[in-house]
Amino acid sequence: MAEIKLDLAHAYKPNPQRDEDYALLPLEMTFRDGGAYALLGPSGCGKTTMLNIISGLLQPSQGTVCFDGQDVTARSPQQRNIAQVFQFPVIYDTMTVAQNLGFPLKNRKVPKEQIAKRVGEIAEMLEMSHQLDMRAAGLSADQKQKISLGRGLVRPDVSAVLFDEPLTVIDPHLKWQLRRKLKQIHHELKLTLIYVTHDQVEALTFADEVVVMTRGRAVQVGTAEDLFERPAHTFVGHFIGSPGMSFLPIQASASGMKIADQVVTVPQQVSVPAQATTLGIRPEYLRIFPNDQAGCLAATVQLIQDVGTYILVTCAVDQTPVRVRLSPQSWRPDMGENVYLQVLDAHTCFYCEEELVV
Amino acid sequence: MNNTDKPSNQKAWLLVLPVLICVAFSAILPLMTVVNYSVQDIFSPTRRIFVGTEWFTMVMRDSELHAALARQVTFSLSVLAVQIPLGVALALCMPASGWKASATLVLVALSLLIPWNVVGTIWQIFGRTDIGLLGHTLQQLGFDYSYTGNPTHAWVTVLIMDVWHWTPLVALLAYAGLRSIPDAYYQAARIDGASKWAVFRYIQLPKMRGVLMIAVLLRFMDSFMIYTEPFVLTGGGPGTSTTFLSQYLTQKAVGQFDLGPAAAFSIIYFLIILLFCFVLYNWMQNVGKSQQQG
Repeated sequence: MAEIKLDLAHAYKPNPQRDEDYALLPLEMTFRDGGAYALLGPSGCGKTTMLNIISGLLQPSQGTVCFDGQDVTARSPQQRNIAQVFQFPVIYDTMTVAQNLGFPLKNRKVPKEQIAKRVGEIAEMLEMSHQLDMRAAGLSADQKQKISLGRGLVRPDVSAVLFDEPLTVIDPHLKWQLRRKLKQIHHELKLTLIYVTHDQVEALTFADEVVVMTRGRAVQVGTAEDLFERPAHTFVGHFIGSPGMSFLPIQASASGMKIADQVVTVPQQVSVPAQATTLGIRPEYLRIFPNDQAGCLAATVQLIQDVGTYILVTCAVDQTPVRVRLSPQSWRPDMGENVYLQVLDAHTCFYCEEELVV
Repeated sequence: MNNTDKPSNQKAWLLVLPVLICVAFSAILPLMTVVNYSVQDIFSPTRRIFVGTEWFTMVMRDSELHAALARQVTFSLSVLAVQIPLGVALALCMPASGWKASATLVLVALSLLIPWNVVGTIWQIFGRTDIGLLGHTLQQLGFDYSYTGNPTHAWVTVLIMDVWHWTPLVALLAYAGLRSIPDAYYQAARIDGASKWAVFRYIQLPKMRGVLMIAVLLRFMDSFMIYTEPFVLTGGGPGTSTTFLSQYLTQKAVGQFDLGPAAAFSIIYFLIILLFCFVLYNWMQNVGKSQQQG
């Protein structure tokens, strides 16, 4: 187990000049010993690159990787004693389940009795004890992926276990089960776990802290609550939540606040930072009224979607779409109706050049 | 089976007919001709005597044939023992991508493009002690090398010629097998701390099993039927030391015009190859399974 510290950048081509040349822009990050982290972001945002750099499959083009203060940049995955589970199950076809699980230990010349004992423990944890003598090749995809997970967890002294979208191939109902299993294993073994995914639910339920990434940049590191309440970057606001935050351009004016093309008076409990150019508000916090209220914006209802547990109303404020989430019991507007939106309250976030202004 | 629901249409057989006719003309009729010869003594189209299994009995007791069969089996097994490991080793050394990979592939495949007759001629000249590079060099180095005089030398030369000619086929097949292994397997092996040998033993070899089986079958059948190259190189000599089955058969049929025994032997030859392939195929399938279980 180890604390992992990154201070690096990576580009797949030589001499990166512009930001677009980097797969991973210069970043500094620390993963606590024993923490459960998720790297969350859309495809191609650099999360797998970061994972491969941590595991040592990839050398960063600049900077260092430190485990417990020791520079391990030049070391191999084996020397770093790291475990990694891949998107698609990797099993050794010719071996039994037990041999598969024990393979990392066997390669490290651990005595036979110790391997058997440890494999037994892991198999029990994964509920595979009854399958130990079966050949691994004949198992189903989720069983195979469980073996891959088990191979990751089998070394008791492992520095960290990295997961690269490990549940992609698993059926949805088993996904929940395996994720819970992972959470439980994390609780029992206190390993440092880093989990890459593009699924926010997976990230938020698995990890203590989530690293949100986009275009080679880690834009925010925080708990599920941080990401929801105070997105540090418009991307986080947009990416986290279903649907994500709505954004409106703002401008200070003599008679109050100019939001989109409308001038409103700012309520007293809200303070708008001077340099802010955009405001963001989550659909959950927007309030909607049939008639004008102080500090409200006029809008037209464009779309009403009944999702069952809630109703999603998409309004247009001077062509900018703004989404509101209503409970099924509350008043609901009709299509094309003129409504008023209260966008300024304690939950409103303000941004300047995509960054949160505090 | 529920026949009442299913429409029965015997005309469907007509659709199979073209294939049946093709196969009949290409395989079954020629084979039946051989069968025809093997059970009769034919003097002329009008004079023929049915002899039953007489030719078969005669051929089975032929000690020359036994010797040729023994030589043939030894040769084919030697071919497999050398070419399969060598081909796999070659494939492991070949670059994975880029222009180097393309260049290597072309280079490796070159010997496969040479007509068999020419292969024999190349080695015949190559091994000559007066003008051949190999023969002359060996002579100069003090070896009393002569593929025309020494049975062992002839045997080894034929074997090396076959290795030179056909190992690339094994290498190409193994290479194709290697390239189809996803990167994740190698990455996982690095994470698991597997040695190079372990990667070969537990990832590459199992993943190559399918193509290697094809390679073994192809090489076995081909070498078991080898004719042209040793015929050109040594002519089956010295003595009968490199006379393999098909050459022996040709001598019988064309040289001595013993069509009856030759036909009987052809059938036996055909059945031997069929049997060997059947056994090999099943054996390799079982090896895979037992490996996975144990």
